[in-house]
Amino acid sequence: MGPVIELDGLEVRFGGRSVLNKLHASLTGRAIGLLGPNGAGKSTLLNTLLGFHKPFSGTARLLGLDVRTQAREVRALIGYMPENDAFIASMSGVRFVRMMAELAGLPPQQALERAHESFFYVGLGEVRYRPLGSYSLGMKQSAKLATAIAHGPRILFLDEPTNGLDPPQRARMIRLIQEIRDRGDLSLILSSHLLRDVEECCDQVLILKGGNIAAHCNLEEERRANRRFLELETRSESNGCFLEALEKLGCHTARGAQGRIKVILPEGIEVQRLYAVAAEQNVQIRRLSHKRDSLEDIFLKAMEAADGRL
Amino acid sequence: MAVYKKSYRPYQGELTPSWKRFLVIPRYAFEDLHRSRFLTIFYLASFLYPLIAALIIYIEHNVEALKLLNLGPAAQLIAIDAGFFMSFLGWQSMLALFLAAFIGPGQVSPDLANNALALYLARPFSRAEYVLGKASVLLVLMSLMTWVPGLLLFWLEGYLEGAGWAGEHARVASGLFFGSWAWIVVLTLLSLALSAWVKWRPAAGALVFGVFFVASAFGNAINTTQDTRWGHLLSMDTLIGSVWLQLFLGDYPASTGAAFFRLEAGRHLPFWSCWLMLAAWCMACLYMLARKIRGVQVVR
Repeated sequence: MGPVIELDGLEVRFGGRSVLNKLHASLTGRAIGLLGPNGAGKSTLLNTLLGFHKPFSGTARLLGLDVRTQAREVRALIGYMPENDAFIASMSGVRFVRMMAELAGLPPQQALERAHESFFYVGLGEVRYRPLGSYSLGMKQSAKLATAIAHGPRILFLDEPTNGLDPPQRARMIRLIQEIRDRGDLSLILSSHLLRDVEECCDQVLILKGGNIAAHCNLEEERRANRRFLELETRSESNGCFLEALEKLGCHTARGAQGRIKVILPEGIEVQRLYAVAAEQNVQIRRLSHKRDSLEDIFLKAMEAADGRL
Repeated sequence: MAVYKKSYRPYQGELTPSWKRFLVIPRYAFEDLHRSRFLTIFYLASFLYPLIAALIIYIEHNVEALKLLNLGPAAQLIAIDAGFFMSFLGWQSMLALFLAAFIGPGQVSPDLANNALALYLARPFSRAEYVLGKASVLLVLMSLMTWVPGLLLFWLEGYLEGAGWAGEHARVASGLFFGSWAWIVVLTLLSLALSAWVKWRPAAGALVFGVFFVASAFGNAINTTQDTRWGHLLSMDTLIGSVWLQLFLGDYPASTGAAFFRLEAGRHLPFWSCWLMLAAWCMACLYMLARKIRGVQVVR
């Protein structure tokens, strides 16, 4: 599969101030997360990909289409769920979604059918004839998702999709996004400042800070690597022989404070083998946990870098 | 399968031609307008004058009807000439102004009030198509009030007068057509621009009237205090009236004309300045629309 997003020296300026600073990246994931603190440039990047902002220099491509010269073709591929409210208060939900689907090119009958389907799919089937202005915040978020998917886009842009949702609503929204992602029919770009949202929905993440790319990692690979990463806590402080024995097994080890040892297990070695080695060396393991270099660690490391670059 | 049992699936059917998509906007707008009883009645009432005018034309050419009404020769009743059609256009254009003030502000402001504009423009749909779609609502409605019945009346008069009349008065027909378009384009752009900048609909509607009456009063004040005629450039009715006079008659009449076009002798503006000022109004409105009709507003 070719890259979903290609950024080639993309620079966006507002009033002489650089908001996105010569970004270079090639993102191939099925679900790509854009992470960063407020003001990092996540929404600006999405808006640039949508053609709302003109690049000052460089280019950006979505599925190989240039967002500057092929803006119309690019927008034909996209379903967009904006961060803020986006509706016409006096229109009923299903009528609004139908109109938006028609503007995306669906014939009226198909647009109507898909508007109904989308509303049932996001759990708003019962309220689809109510004016959008009367919806609660959670319902508005779901209605935005229905609007974004009604015309069957190939790329779905979700800008802070869980904003303002209570925990059950958030869980439901995340489940919907995961379901859409797992169908494999479309690519998903999720912009959020919530690490958990990105971690639960995305397999690749681009971390932005101050308009720069602070980190770019493949969460799927990280997850695979982290499966073999353990942290042990032993009773004694001196674990020299134990460490040597682990190295002989093929493990990578690192000694921490207070009897803690970080271990990366090689393929084919199971955790039980560590207990056996510990017994042989007369070392008592008090705690063993699967430690992972979580997205939070990656994010914090990226944020610590002074200029926003790792 | 029942619709509520269906899960997400991509769309693989046919798409409508992209050039037709702007027509989605007026279709939905007409449905909304049709729900308003007041607007429906107002709109139907706006056809009273054309009906009366048609009746007058018919009676003018029906000797039996004139005898029945105990009236003299046809020419003495009312003259069907450029003045007749200008009066028709003047009256209908005033109604068009009311229509623009009622429905114009409801076109763009609801999309801006809750950021729906981003969703329009996130689709394969340009800003120009959006404005064209919104403008077409007003253009169609105002056309049906002005030049369409005007040309029908012209055709009726030509038919009843017999061969030659239509050809001799072709200038009237072109005046009706182009004069109406000049007016409805200005009105459309003005009401859309104000709708884009003033999100509260009643205020935007009041502003449409304000531009006409307040600017006109301001122009008159300039004329009086500065002893000039150029203050009329701020008066929209004077501008359009002058344009109509040029289109219908070719020049200012020696005597004062209908109510819409009264100006003292020597206070007339050159025609080119009227056209230029109307074009400037249109450009200003387009600029205002261009500033507001964006997928996202950048706060610098």
